[in-house]
Amino acid sequence: MKLLKVDNLTTHFHTREGVVKAVDGISFSVNQGETLAIVGESGSGKSVACYSLLKLIPQPPGKIVAGSALFDGRDLLQADESTLQNIRGNDIAIIFQDPMTCLNPYLTVGEQLIEPLIYHHNISRKNAAVRATEILGEVGIVEPEKRMGSYPHEFSGGMRQRVMIAMALITEPKLLICDEPTTALDVTIQAQILNLVKALQIKRNIAVIFISHDLAVVAGVADNVAVMKDGLIVEQGPVDEIFYRGQHEYTKKLLAAIPEGAKPLSAQSPPMNTDKKSEHKPLLSISALKTHFHDYSGGWLKRNQKVIKAVDDVSLTIQQGEILGLVGESGSGKSTLGRSILQLVPITSGSVVFDGTELTRLSPTQMKPVRRRMQMIFQDPYSSLNPRMTVFDTLAEPLLYHRLATRKTVTAQVLALMDDVGLARAAIRKYPHEFSGGQRQRIAVGRAISTKPELVIADEPVSALDVTIQAQILDLILALVEKHDLTMLFISHDLSVVRYIADRIAVMHHGKLVETGITEPLFSAPKHDYTKKLLSAIPVADPVKERQRQVDLIQLGN
Amino acid sequence: MFRFIISRVLQAIPVLLVVVTITFFLVRVAPGGPFSAEKAVPPEVIKALEARYHLDEPIWQQYLGYLNDLVHGEFGPSFRYPGRTVNELIAGGLPITAELAFYAMLVAVIIGVCAGVFAALKPNTPQDYIPMSAAMLGICMPSFLMGPLLVLVFGIWFEWVPVSGWGDLPGDKILPAITLGSGYAAFLARLSRGGMLEVMSQDYIRTARAKGLPEWVVVLKHGLRGGLIPVVAFLGPAFAGLLSGSFVVETIFQIPGLGRFYVQAAFNRDYTMILGTTVFFATLIVLFNLLSDIVSVWINPKLRHQLREGK
Repeated sequence: MKLLKVDNLTTHFHTREGVVKAVDGISFSVNQGETLAIVGESGSGKSVACYSLLKLIPQPPGKIVAGSALFDGRDLLQADESTLQNIRGNDIAIIFQDPMTCLNPYLTVGEQLIEPLIYHHNISRKNAAVRATEILGEVGIVEPEKRMGSYPHEFSGGMRQRVMIAMALITEPKLLICDEPTTALDVTIQAQILNLVKALQIKRNIAVIFISHDLAVVAGVADNVAVMKDGLIVEQGPVDEIFYRGQHEYTKKLLAAIPEGAKPLSAQSPPMNTDKKSEHKPLLSISALKTHFHDYSGGWLKRNQKVIKAVDDVSLTIQQGEILGLVGESGSGKSTLGRSILQLVPITSGSVVFDGTELTRLSPTQMKPVRRRMQMIFQDPYSSLNPRMTVFDTLAEPLLYHRLATRKTVTAQVLALMDDVGLARAAIRKYPHEFSGGQRQRIAVGRAISTKPELVIADEPVSALDVTIQAQILDLILALVEKHDLTMLFISHDLSVVRYIADRIAVMHHGKLVETGITEPLFSAPKHDYTKKLLSAIPVADPVKERQRQVDLIQLGN
Repeated sequence: MFRFIISRVLQAIPVLLVVVTITFFLVRVAPGGPFSAEKAVPPEVIKALEARYHLDEPIWQQYLGYLNDLVHGEFGPSFRYPGRTVNELIAGGLPITAELAFYAMLVAVIIGVCAGVFAALKPNTPQDYIPMSAAMLGICMPSFLMGPLLVLVFGIWFEWVPVSGWGDLPGDKILPAITLGSGYAAFLARLSRGGMLEVMSQDYIRTARAKGLPEWVVVLKHGLRGGLIPVVAFLGPAFAGLLSGSFVVETIFQIPGLGRFYVQAAFNRDYTMILGTTVFFATLIVLFNLLSDIVSVWINPKLRHQLREGK
């Protein structure tokens, strides 16, 4: 039975640069109990399309120009505001992408959970709170009675997403729109959340629209897939049809861009510079490194009671010229380890030896020449570049600061850097906001290699990027490592990405290294239980295998 | 929280010391003295007066003596109002000024926040432009213009309210409160508009709408708390500003408040009175800043959390 039938939906945005056809006449439908996945890269219009259904796009500048959306016999696009208010959160609920920003930081989780019930089902606060506690437990939050009074910032990302799911499901909607519900989450949490949504869908027979850029995730959850590009649906059909017999050029491109780790066949390209590894000269060695933080959350009287061991007795060696992938989930201490190496956080004990120099005892002045030789690429190219500095300013600053260029030569050197990272020379006077995410990350990579470092620490350099862009940046990094003979510590939560780029892998869990090894053997025969758990949680971009994997997982769980 | 308050109070001490020191030496540098008048006074009388108020001692001794008095909460005797201490004069004027400042604050908050929030709901439409242009006018218009204008229109033409006085006739507190509060109302309007605009574009507002909440719930419950954070942070300094900035309004409306004493003291070179009121106002400013910081932390669960973590 058709629950939602969208026909010729067209949404335009009127901007200063002209009309942007964000959604340009798309049609799709969803049946009860089924999942439709809408896939596409950021900016393809997939979220705008779904938000348009409930008029949740900012108007102006947005405007729904044409189309109809029949839901339960009513046209959503013609409905007035009060009718829509009754449908929103009641018949159609949304799980938003970023659980960090989508919950109100000023209200307790309990208060936010009971709101839909109070306004839609007209029940007392007390009864609503009882129901909210139930559903919090249902989505797997421990001690739900206690957590009702907590604020969102007291939850981890995965837990917040569970709260979002509970909030969406509390009114038992008929249609659930999931907008990239797991993009911000770790792979094991992602698997849990996906299973949770699936289980709730089966239990309540709800229809789901699943918006995602990640084909591997889609393969596991979708019945039907619609591929979107530039506001148009270029191809849609049953999931197997799209994955195995995708016709459109763009569908093929998306499938091809999936990182190797998520590809079903292990036709891996051999690591690019194996032969060079024969030198085996350690560039960086860390021994018994500990970085601890004090947790004051018990109140000031009880402080120093709890110590967070972010990095707890880690010993690790990075050979000259190798790419070491450091994987772990958020909170595992991998970023802290990266920062500890660069002496950006005060370490508790242990030693960090870089090319024969013990770094932990250096003063800031003594550290300066070493800093030039060790650089960092940060995760988010949107916030790690100074918005008031042009490309030239950003790239010239480290050159001038470390006296690697003079006022006369700096322009030529910046231009050479831009060539290196694949930025058009004409863009030299542009500001970060004029670039796309991928281009910004190119600037960030350029900034990191500008001082001709020997060691580069890349902290989740591609996790904020779309999958096709991800592949480009990874290839750029590989090419630069080759060209400039770099050594790299590549930190990521994404195992597929690490598998693609790293020669050797170190797995971190709760501040400790649980396993290290050459990439391929580690992937095919992991030794530590945690590594096994991580690897089994990676979704595979193959519907048939994914279904089998889920059956396996369920059996494993029982 | 307790540590935070203690540390902030301790930080205030050097600030106040600097204020006292600078004021103390600046008033001495200014030409003239408390006893120079149009009429020639016999030198021996001046000598006697100076000896009585320790003005014949070396200046550093006077300074240390004054600090000693301050520590004991004494502002010393007034030079121009013989027989009365600065403490008494402040205690006499403060209740009136405080009352005026309180009413002005009410005017500022009610008008300012309502106008700002109202404007933020429909940015770049007449609903935004009209209150915001009025706010601009309020900021630009000085109170010595606003006051007489209000008096002319509402006191003289319409004869709705008395033109001056304080507590003598019914309604005579309305115009001073509006005159004093209007500038701050305008400022608060701009602050709350900015705060609300930012909050209303947040993802969690979209979440609230997606839950099907009525728009007024979205605005008042989900928007206002975050949107008013900059306003709350400004309230403390604003109240201190109202207290110490009431001089013009007090003069226009013939109100016997603290502001007038303050300015007269400066003209009269009434050293102890200038110093006393300055220190008093400085303390108030520090205190109200602290107060609004505490409230800011209290309404923002994230800050509360960070404070507990000792960040």
